[in-house]
Amino acid sequence: MKSSVITFPGSNCDRDIDVALKKFGFKNKMVWHTDAELPKSDLVVLPGGFSYGDYLRCGSMASKSKIMQSVINFANSGGMVMGICNGFQILVETGLVPGVLLRNKYLEFICKNVFVKVNDKKNKYFKNVDNEVLEFHIAHNEGNYFCTNDQLKEIEDNNQIAINYCDENGKIEDQFNPNGSLKNIAGIFNKEKNVLGMMPHPERMIDKSLSGEDGSLFFKNLINNLK
Amino acid sequence: MIVNEQVAVDHGLKKDEYAKICELLKRTPNITELGIFSAMWNEHCSYKSSRLHLKKLPTKGKKVIQGPGENAGVIDIEDNDAIVFKIESHNHPSFIEPYQGAATGVGGIMRDVFTMGARPIANLNSIHFGSPQNKKTKNLLRGVVHGIGGYGNCMGVPTIAGQTSFDSSYNGNILVNAMTLGLVKKDKIFYSKAAGLNKPVIYVGSKTGRDGIHGASMASASFDEKIEEKKPTVQVGDPFTEKLLLEACLELMAGDSIIAIQDMGAAGLTSSSIEMASKGNLGIEINLNKVPCRETKMTPYEIMLSESQERMLIVLENGKEKEAKKIFDKWNLDFAVIGKTTKSKKIELYFDEEKVADIPVNTLVENSPMYDRKWKKAKLPKKNKIKKEDIKHLKIIDILKKILANPNICSKEWIWQQYDHTVMGDTIQKPGGDAGVVRVHGTDKAVAASVDSSAVYCWAHPLTGGKQVVCESFRNLVSVGAKPIAITNCLNFGSPENEENMGEFVECVEGISEASDYLKFPVVSGNVSFYNQTKEEGIKPTPAIGGVGLIKDYKNMITMEFKEVDNLVLVIGKTEGHIDQSLFARNILDEKNGPPPEVNLFNEKNNGETLLKLIDNKLIKSAHDVSLGGIITAVSKMCIKGKKGINIKKPKYLINEIEYFFAEDQGRYIIEINKKDFKKVADILNKNAVHFDELGTINENELYINNKTKVTIDELSTCNNSWLTNYMSK
Repeated sequence: MKSSVITFPGSNCDRDIDVALKKFGFKNKMVWHTDAELPKSDLVVLPGGFSYGDYLRCGSMASKSKIMQSVINFANSGGMVMGICNGFQILVETGLVPGVLLRNKYLEFICKNVFVKVNDKKNKYFKNVDNEVLEFHIAHNEGNYFCTNDQLKEIEDNNQIAINYCDENGKIEDQFNPNGSLKNIAGIFNKEKNVLGMMPHPERMIDKSLSGEDGSLFFKNLINNLK
Repeated sequence: MIVNEQVAVDHGLKKDEYAKICELLKRTPNITELGIFSAMWNEHCSYKSSRLHLKKLPTKGKKVIQGPGENAGVIDIEDNDAIVFKIESHNHPSFIEPYQGAATGVGGIMRDVFTMGARPIANLNSIHFGSPQNKKTKNLLRGVVHGIGGYGNCMGVPTIAGQTSFDSSYNGNILVNAMTLGLVKKDKIFYSKAAGLNKPVIYVGSKTGRDGIHGASMASASFDEKIEEKKPTVQVGDPFTEKLLLEACLELMAGDSIIAIQDMGAAGLTSSSIEMASKGNLGIEINLNKVPCRETKMTPYEIMLSESQERMLIVLENGKEKEAKKIFDKWNLDFAVIGKTTKSKKIELYFDEEKVADIPVNTLVENSPMYDRKWKKAKLPKKNKIKKEDIKHLKIIDILKKILANPNICSKEWIWQQYDHTVMGDTIQKPGGDAGVVRVHGTDKAVAASVDSSAVYCWAHPLTGGKQVVCESFRNLVSVGAKPIAITNCLNFGSPENEENMGEFVECVEGISEASDYLKFPVVSGNVSFYNQTKEEGIKPTPAIGGVGLIKDYKNMITMEFKEVDNLVLVIGKTEGHIDQSLFARNILDEKNGPPPEVNLFNEKNNGETLLKLIDNKLIKSAHDVSLGGIITAVSKMCIKGKKGINIKKPKYLINEIEYFFAEDQGRYIIEINKKDFKKVADILNKNAVHFDELGTINENELYINNKTKVTIDELSTCNNSWLTNYMSK
């Protein structure tokens, strides 16, 4: 399986996701933001970090990078595109997934483990994941998902919510919402479910010496689904 | 502008210093030259009050590749890997403008590390605030934490450990010390020594603006009521540009075109160019019209003294300019050839085709003033006798709850949750433990780091306090299973012109020297921050020690949380019942006098090394050093983190329960072992003449003392976890 990770100026989780993808069997290529063409890929990842320093609005400038037109075309033709954290913010700015990401409710950066509940398994990202609840890790300042009522209705009708913040038993309640996201949304798909944007960093959970190993479950499953 | 004595005094120079400048130059300096002298001769850059004493610090060792004098220290961690590290203060700017002050402190120290070719892999910090009741404290704390996070998070470098304290002596002068560790290949370390004639001098990074002019001079003076006016001397940070600068520099460093490289920190272009010339015994000629400027009509004086951030000065090999420029273009950074190295041994500056400065380098460096300031030796205070009736009514659990909720003991999660501590995917011990630990990427090795200070002990008796801080750093590294290698120190003190403050400095340095020499724990880098003083009031002496150690196989790392019910808990090291200057004495008895606990270097070394032996033999399940709050506080934290309880029995000692549980004697650790290993552990401890007590057995969820009084761990956890969050949300 071939993957590509885009590096924007200010990306800082590009190496981490490169390590994770390779660990679980992807042949990964790093792609520079000024390139025009994507290499042949089964998966494209927009990594976490602070592209363009989060200036103007998180993800806004990166979404206008040269490479992004190819990424958008790739996604529109059904290609798998995953945005993590800042990558999610970039996806939102391109309009590939609906909604916006506001500043965290308590106006502070949050770095900690969270539990998320897999809401939909009819997609290549979460199909066959055994666990309903995964322990992931978040590290962000602007992860507070928001959209209009109309958008929300559409999202819910199409089952586009990928994961919700919850407790270890999968209970989705306000108290387990770390950043004020609407409906505890931690990750969301496009209508076709080939594009996934999510705030948590599964690449930080791939080794039992780190914060946990549920990221390993995610990646193992992902590569199997793509085969 | 005409330069005279008054202008020199306004620049923070003393009258006799000005006279010396005129004598060295054999003429009156012009305003640009005076600015350069004031920047180089202030306390912050010249170390004029401290140099004499810093010479005493042991700086050599088998593992030391580079000691003090470079941008940062470098130690060997085997297999051609080396760690570059340093701690630095950004106290004065952080009080004036907490967000930018703290942010640029973090940015500055990271630049020091990657200037040497190392990729930063971990950040730490030591931050100290006034009393929680002081009306400025909350905003300063919030601003500093946001600033540290804002910069470090954006850079993508994990903040893995730190220390926060509150004390009214910091009401008018907070402390913000930032430390960075970087990883480099031993044969790819870069230095700041220029070499060769007619080599191009290159400016890279951000453009120069008017921010931070006189920053270093501001940091070399006490505060007074006009402090608000000093805001423009605080630099403004741009972590995004620094991230680009980091990647661009490392990309250039992969080749062989750099002769020397130096970041522009305090005193900007002035100190960076002079330092490179001085180390290379060369001259440097700069055309200031070529310096990329952010603002129009900047004068030579402003260009030379600006402390705009995210800039570097590089001496390149001839003919490599094009190749280098390509890299900086890729990262959208300025790149300008601004001058060349010369044989004149002078700094020669040109602006609008006119020579605006012409100063021999040695007058600025070797001939800079050095003072043997008067200082007063501190007496060891007399011990207090605790009267039985004073403590008779006290209940251990009530005291414990108070201590766990004390601002200096309570959980600092509110702070470190705002720092990205997991980026780079190698953090295997997060903040909140004895030391932060990161793996050396792609290897089995891990590096542990901790930062410590004990202002109360240093204030009570500087010599003992100085020793104690080094020992505490040693213990924190040992507790996670790391072999301590070397330290960096950030020496925060009041005014050196005050005999008592100067005495505190001299004796703390003496204590640090003695301990680091004995423990073979040399000082490889550091920084001095004097004038942490508002009017006549100075801070408590606060030397912060950043220690670094190596874990050969990261799978053998130890953490502090209790692991398993029925395991045995021992105390390593002898408890004598030293209560003076303990958290208990100061906060519960309100007794502020008396000596700090004694430091026995033999015991420190022996106890620590023996614990490392136990760890090597895989006999230790968890470990934690005993510090503030004594044995029972340490044990409670292990319970809270491990969500386990313990049945404790005080061993049959001559001292009473309160003394046993709350004393802050040094050289002690709490360890958890499997019952079946007890004999093996006891044998090793006995063979090495290490005293130990059997303290108790781990249970499900309560602290049960001497079979008579108990409390649930949940309750202790609430005490420990809520103070800071509540304080900050009020």
